[in-house]
This record gives sequence, structure tokens and C-alpha cells, in this order.
Amino acid sequence: MPQFLKDFFNRNGTGMGVAILGLVMFWTIGLIILPQLSMLDFSFRPNLPPPEIGGPKDVYTLENYKYLIYGPEGGSQDYNTVDLRVFFRTLVAAVFVTVFNLIICYPIAYYLGQAEGSHIRIFAIMLIIPYWINEILRAFALRIIFGETGVLNTLFTGLGIWDTPFDFIRNDIALYAGLGYAYILLMIFPMYNVIESLDKNQIEAARDLGAPWWRIHWRVVIPYAKPGISSGCTMVFMLSAGALAAPQILGGPSSLWFTQLIYQQFNDNNDWPQGAAYAIVLLVTCILFVLAMMRLFKVNMGDIGK
Amino acid sequence: MSAGVGVDLENLWIRFGDFVAVRDANVNINGGDFFSFLGPSGCGKTTILRAVSGFLEPSEGNVLIGGKNMRGIGPNKRPTALIFQNLALFPLMKVWENITFSMEIKGASSAERRKRADELLDMIALPGQGDKLPSELSGGQRQRVAIARALCAEPHVLLLDEPLSALDLKLRQHMRTELREIQQRVGITFIYITHDQGEALTMSDNIAVMRAGVIDQIADGKTIYNDPNTAFAASFVGENNVFRGKIKQVMGTEALISTNRSGDLVARISTANQGKMKEGDSAMMFIRPEAFAIAPKAASGDHFVTARVNHEEFEGNVFNIFTEGEGGKEIKVSIPNHGQSFEDHTGQNITLEYKTDNAVIVPAGELAAE
Repeated sequence: MPQFLKDFFNRNGTGMGVAILGLVMFWTIGLIILPQLSMLDFSFRPNLPPPEIGGPKDVYTLENYKYLIYGPEGGSQDYNTVDLRVFFRTLVAAVFVTVFNLIICYPIAYYLGQAEGSHIRIFAIMLIIPYWINEILRAFALRIIFGETGVLNTLFTGLGIWDTPFDFIRNDIALYAGLGYAYILLMIFPMYNVIESLDKNQIEAARDLGAPWWRIHWRVVIPYAKPGISSGCTMVFMLSAGALAAPQILGGPSSLWFTQLIYQQFNDNNDWPQGAAYAIVLLVTCILFVLAMMRLFKVNMGDIGK
Repeated sequence: MSAGVGVDLENLWIRFGDFVAVRDANVNINGGDFFSFLGPSGCGKTTILRAVSGFLEPSEGNVLIGGKNMRGIGPNKRPTALIFQNLALFPLMKVWENITFSMEIKGASSAERRKRADELLDMIALPGQGDKLPSELSGGQRQRVAIARALCAEPHVLLLDEPLSALDLKLRQHMRTELREIQQRVGITFIYITHDQGEALTMSDNIAVMRAGVIDQIADGKTIYNDPNTAFAASFVGENNVFRGKIKQVMGTEALISTNRSGDLVARISTANQGKMKEGDSAMMFIRPEAFAIAPKAASGDHFVTARVNHEEFEGNVFNIFTEGEGGKEIKVSIPNHGQSFEDHTGQNITLEYKTDNAVIVPAGELAAE
């Protein structure tokens, strides 16, 4: 038995040790790894009616992946432009939401992390409480704000600022606002955690040496907060790219999110292998993208856990 | 390197809500001086430093640097550089980047910065260490990098907030000498904050002794040690034996004090209080442990104190005798070790003698906490 396991059992006792280890193993293997492997398996199989599953036609194939690129065989186009466009648009939009969130959340996290006083706790609570309301309700609340006869349009047409109602939904503004809002906490708190531990003297020292505020952020605060920034960005990007409720409720008629395509494959078309292939492509692309970004910004995997 | 300029505090008041951190401070610091604010923690000395550096606006009064009023001028625009208690080096920047951060702000090229960093690294005796991170240096080396970083900004006034307090004793003593040398070499004004009287006495041209927001005395180290203005200054700077009592008779610059427990004794009235003390005033007389000598047993008079020896200790350079005077009053006596034979006095009564010049009388007042 390796030393760390021995230490672990010595510390917790054999019974408790086995129980903890068992639960963790069950969680990672039973609830995460096995279902994902089964999805991976699905994605390489043809969509067959139940009697033929396990039969001679049930062989591994790349068909489902080809479908994303080339579309249905004998289709009118060379490439599956509709789905590919949705796929890339989803990724670009997720990047946009991440950057947008970072810009909004950095000042908030900095303020929370560096300001002093009991009001900070109140601010933090005010940020958290809205998240007690479930995601669907929050999305519909935004619909009420952004709808054609919603709060904003009523207000601005009432004030005479514009004549005809502006279609926030069709222009995807409601969608971006909804996605941005949905993950604000996941962006703020990792950054807040790191910035809070930044010695105030560092900021004062930079100021004392003549640095204007932006340079203090650029050279002192942001490099220090990098682990928090990358952790927040990774989570927001992954979750935005994989969001379903916000695009369903707040997306315009033209703006399909890639997750909605996956959902359609699973539910409307009842084509699990196809849905699994789409989901795997999304997952792998997102992971590769995040790894590439981490490389680019020189972030270590260990930093993400901070 | 720029020449030092003077710093003046005029009627400076600093309040935090109802709390008065600094009460009507008036200080004139000469250009090129090594000036220390000495006081226990919480006395307001760091607050004064923050007002000079610009991190804090005084509630009333003015800070003048080189005769120019600094009100409304931010810390990044003042000709001062601050060395923080914890140094506040930038942990993610290399040593050379740390040192030349002020040049980076002014847009200096990387080559210029490296060149200047090398010069400063030579000056602080850390040649070739520019590419390390601060975490790879020892405490004393980090200390020197912080000094170099501050000097690189070419300040007219360098402000130091207890920068040696994190170092061990040996290094602290070494850095005292080094700081003083650097100050004399660059010739700029140093304002030094400390609660360590040894640091203040060894390095400073002038010292301001502070107590609870008030400056008790401003003078050079010798004057503060030998001729304190107040009971606090006498008891905070160095070790001192206090005798409480009332003035019985004033005789020019000397006075006879009727002490509560040790009879009538004569001492010099401290310079600042001469002409101000009269018969019947509550007063305190201070005699340094090293100002006592052991007198022949039978001797008596107005500069002799009798006491019973509780215990003795040998400190190397001195023998310390802890005695109990009349009425249980503890008196510490330090006899220099000249290699003489030294008999043990424990349990005996001895008579102590002092020169009236070495005993000083001030008005009764608050003593420094032990």
C-alpha cells in the first residue's frame, strides 16, 4: 500500500477510511467516468431500433461525427453549414460572455477584496441571495425586463427616448445579459478570493513609486489575481458554452445554441448516438480551447484550483 | 542623487472619528538629516509617516516638503519614497524589475533599467542577483532590495516604517550601520519610524519622542538620553530608575526633592523645565542604572541612596544589581566590568552614590509601560 494511503487510513481509521474512499470512488467512477464513457461509446454507434442493438448492424462507426461536418448523406450541401455555424457561433459567444463577465466582475471583485468595513459582507450577501432563485425563474425575469412590452421598452418608449419598441430578444442582447448574469458569482468569487489575500502595501508601494491606478492593476493586481481570473474564466466559459436554459428562454428565434442542437438530437429526434457525438465534440473542443488559453496566458493547472 | 530637502510639520492634527492620532505636531526636519520618530506602538508615529508620504490627509495643519505645501498632492506625486514595514516587494517581479519599477512608470527602456538596477545592486552589495525573485533572497537581502527600489525613484525624502523589525538581532544591528552609511552616501533626508530606542539612538541626527499622539521632545540622541523633557521620555528611552516625590527647594538649576521612599535627594532640573518648577510641585527624579556607584557603607547625604540587594546578575560588560530601596522600591544598578573582582552583595545593605549632574528632575507624569 502506498504511504499516502497508509497515512490516510491511520488518520481516519480503517472503517471510516474505506467509507470515505468508497464514496469518492463511487462519485468519480460511478457518476462521472462511467456515464461519460457510455456516452463516448454511444457516439461511435449507429442509431438502431431496440431489437437490432447488439445485432450485426451494431458496429463502431464515425458516422455521427461525419454528420456534424458533412450533413446527411446525399444532402443538398457539401458541408453541414447549419450545425457547424451554430457550433462556432456558440464558442465565439461563450468567449464573448466570458470576456464581458471578466470586465464587469474584475472591478467588483477588486472592490470586495480590498475595501474595508462591514458593508463588504452585505454586498457579498446581496450578490448571493438572487442565486437562491432558480435559473429558469431568473431567465424569465430577464424576459420580463427585455420583452417587447417589457420593463425597458415601456420605460424608454414612455419617456420618448425611442418610438418603436427595441427587440432585445431578436438582437441577442437578452441572451448575453442572461448568460452573463447567470455566472457572475463564478467569476467574482475566485477573483475575490485571490485579491483579498493581496497585501495592501503592495498597492500602496506601487502608488508611492509613482504608478497611476491602471498600471497598479496591470503590473501588481492582475498578475497576482491571475489564478483567480483563469479559474473564473474557465468556469464561465465552460458553463456558457454548455448552457441550455438561458438560450432556450432568452434566445431569439434565429439564435440556436449548440446545446439546443444536442438536446434536439436526444429528445426530439431520439437519436442518442448523434446527440452523444455532438456533446463529445463540444466537450473536447472546450477543453482544448481552455488548455490553449492557459498555455497562452502561462497559467498552471494548479492555479485553477485556487 | 538628489540632495535632501527639509520636511516641516505645522500644527498637524490627525483624527480618525473621535480618536486623535496626532495632536498638534510641530516638527522641522533639516534637509539631509536622519530623523527618527520614536515611540511605543499606537503612539501615532506611523500616522505621521503616512501623512508625509501622502496616503493620508491631515485633519488640520500642513506637511511641507522642501518648503512646498503638500496638501492635495497624492503619494505618487510627492518627492518621497516609503519603505514598508513588511517591505512590500512585488513577489511576481524579478529583483531588477522591482528595483526599477519607478523607471518603468516613467517609460524608461529595458536596457536603461537593467543598467540602473546593476548600479544599485552593486551599491547594496548584491551584484548579479537581479534575475532572482524576492522569495529567493534572505531577509537582509530583501531589506536591501527594498531600499534600492525606493532610492531608484530618486526621492528627496526617504520614509522608513520600522523596516528592521522583522530581522533577527544580529542582522538588525548590522543593518543599522548600513542604513546610516547609505544615508550619508546619498545625502537625502531619512525619516525613520521605530519603537526601538537603540535604533533611534544609533542612527539618528535627531529624534522625536512620541506618546499617545503627542511629541514630548525633539532633540539629538544624547540630549534625549541625558536631558529628557518629560517623565515619559526619561522612562521610554533607555532604562531608568524613577524616584517620585515633591520639590522641597529649588537651587538654581538644581533642586532638592523630597522623595516618597528614599529621603531627600538633590538632582539637576532638566533643561526644558528649568525656571518652571517650584517648591511643592510633584516631580520625578530619574537616575540611570549606570549612573550609580557603590559608596562606602557609612556615607550618607543628599546624593546617597541606601538599598538592600535582592539579587545580582552578570551580563558580561556590566554587573547588574537589583536592589530594594526604602519602602520596597526597586532600583537597578549597573556597574561596568573592568575585570575587577566583584563580591556578591546579595542580602546585604549597600549605599549607592550618584553625581547630581547625572540625576534629572522632570515634572511628575505618565511613565512608559514596561
